[in-house]
Amino acid sequence: MNAPASPLLELRGCTIRFGGLTAVSGLDLAVGERELLGLIGPNGAGKTTVFNLITGVYRPAAGNIRFAGSSLAGLRPCQIASLGIARTFQNIRLFPSMTVFDNVRVAFHLHLLSGIAHALWRGRTFRAEEESIESRVMEMLEIFRLGRHRGAAAHSLPYGDQRRLEIVRALATRPRLLLLDEPAAGMNPSEKSELMRLIRFVQERYRIAVLLVEHDMHVVRGVCQRLVVLDYGVKLAEGVPEDVLRHPKVVAAYLGEQNTPRRAPAAPAES
Amino acid sequence: MMPGRRFLLLLGAVAAGSVLSLQSHRINPYFLDVAVTVAINVILAVSLNLINGYTGQFSLGHAGFMAIGAYIAASTTMFWAPGLLPAASSPGFIGMAVFPAALLAGGLAAGLAGILVGAPSLRLKGDYLAIVTLGFGEIIRVIFRNLESVGGALGLNGIPACTNLFWTISMAALTIYAVTSMVHSTYGRGFTAVQDDEIAAEAIGINTTRYKITAFVVGAFFAGIAGGLYGHFKLSIDPRGFDFMKSIEIALMVILGGMGNTVGVIIAAILLTLLPELLRPVAEYRMMLYSFLLILLMLTCPQGLFQPRFFRRLLSPFLRGSAAPAEDPPRPA
Ligand SMILES: Nc1ncnc2c1ncn2[C@@H]1O[C@H](COP(=O)(O)OP(=O)(O)O)[C@@H](O)[C@H]1O
Ligand SMILES: [Mg+2]
Repeated sequence: MNAPASPLLELRGCTIRFGGLTAVSGLDLAVGERELLGLIGPNGAGKTTVFNLITGVYRPAAGNIRFAGSSLAGLRPCQIASLGIARTFQNIRLFPSMTVFDNVRVAFHLHLLSGIAHALWRGRTFRAEEESIESRVMEMLEIFRLGRHRGAAAHSLPYGDQRRLEIVRALATRPRLLLLDEPAAGMNPSEKSELMRLIRFVQERYRIAVLLVEHDMHVVRGVCQRLVVLDYGVKLAEGVPEDVLRHPKVVAAYLGEQNTPRRAPAAPAES
Repeated sequence: MMPGRRFLLLLGAVAAGSVLSLQSHRINPYFLDVAVTVAINVILAVSLNLINGYTGQFSLGHAGFMAIGAYIAASTTMFWAPGLLPAASSPGFIGMAVFPAALLAGGLAAGLAGILVGAPSLRLKGDYLAIVTLGFGEIIRVIFRNLESVGGALGLNGIPACTNLFWTISMAALTIYAVTSMVHSTYGRGFTAVQDDEIAAEAIGINTTRYKITAFVVGAFFAGIAGGLYGHFKLSIDPRGFDFMKSIEIALMVILGGMGNTVGVIIAAILLTLLPELLRPVAEYRMMLYSFLLILLMLTCPQGLFQPRFFRRLLSPFLRGSAAPAEDPPRPA
């Protein structure tokens, strides 16, 4: 399977350096409409940096990124989010002091019809919209089995629920592309298989593309239609999972990892 | 369009203010003074709470906004309005028509300054932002001290006595209404999101710049109104009344009330205004005792007075065994 012909997201020749370190080097990457693409590679390969490039947290030193036909160059992260790219973070970033409910509710603000003036006047339009958001938030929380936690502070949730809540919050922005950064990290096997079901469900129900960074090869194999392998910021291989994971360069990169402190692909992800 | 329930509460407070104001000749003037001061401090603390408490931008420049409102409003009633409408300089007309316009002008001018003072918050955080905003407040004060047209270091005297219970209670109610209405909405949860995690906020499409500037502008607007009320209540203003100690006093009300807890901040504003009054009998030890009580409060409840946790902690020595309040489980790294 090759890169999609008219992709939803396309990176061309993207490079970024931190001091002397080239974290991502001349990367070409394409994600098709409603595709489940995996981005894998040893620790420090530059996967999270790719997410930060796509979402506008970093600016590429060279290359360009296009989403749904338009360039993302120079856009702020909030503008990129409003175009339809949502993400989760490797180290969960919820709004810890806010309730589970409000964490999701606030993500609805991108599509609000009412603004500050409506909030002050609190007329019928405003109340109708708030009520509809409330019911949509509750519906999403129920779907993802977080409904009973709705009033709890986000930081008080168990770890797995926090990861799930972060995905729900991202979905509430109604993205066309969802970036997941190591969602299975720290999960036990049963949570992992639930996560796999969840990712496939999300992609089908919300008709979105998913770019998944994940260390757990069982999850990657179970979810992704296509893989891109990154090592030292360079693309090593690309294709269907069975081929890519047998690719000599990929095997070597992961074998090399076993002799250094890097993480092995098949080993359960720690932390 | 039908206004919401909160709006009717606001109208109720305004009505109560006008009744009290009409009956104010029956109220002991000392209590009247204290009541007006309390209401002005409530406006200041609740508006600062939007910036510091909800949006998490630690600002120590609130007295500067208050100064702008006080000077602009006083200039309006004393110079500009009589200059424009010489016929309309009867005290009644000034009190009923010019004064609200003066308050509004003071608020708008302060709101404009809020854009300037808020701008550093786009780059600075925490202590650094506090220092820069404190500097801004001082700069504003120094500018007024050097403006001879508003009396320089001597300040302005003979400001018309327009402030009464009606205006202060109405404006306090309006401030509380505006801040709580903004914050309690899907749009308004964005302020707290910015405080909690700016990167995550941007990632769900929250324009953190716009939210921070909005918080500064709205907070400054109401501080400006408080300044206008203050000037037309004290009848004379001078730059020393708006120094950084005033900013710190307001910040203390927010901290003691519990950042981002409007009810707590209102109670703290009332208590901290009344405390020096209640301590009057101990005359020369008053300020010493006041400072001591403040330190004690800060040490015992750094999270703010008016949180359930505080009361549990207060009671914990008496409930041996269940000493410390149950903490939330630690966040996984
Ligand atoms: N903000 C930054 N400043 C300096 N170096 C960084 C920064 N972000 C990432 N890096 C470096 O870039 C490389 C790739 O990091 P990252 O994208 O986090 O890897 P991965 O997610 O694949 O484990 C690492 O060597 C990391 O130390
Ligand atoms: Mg990473």
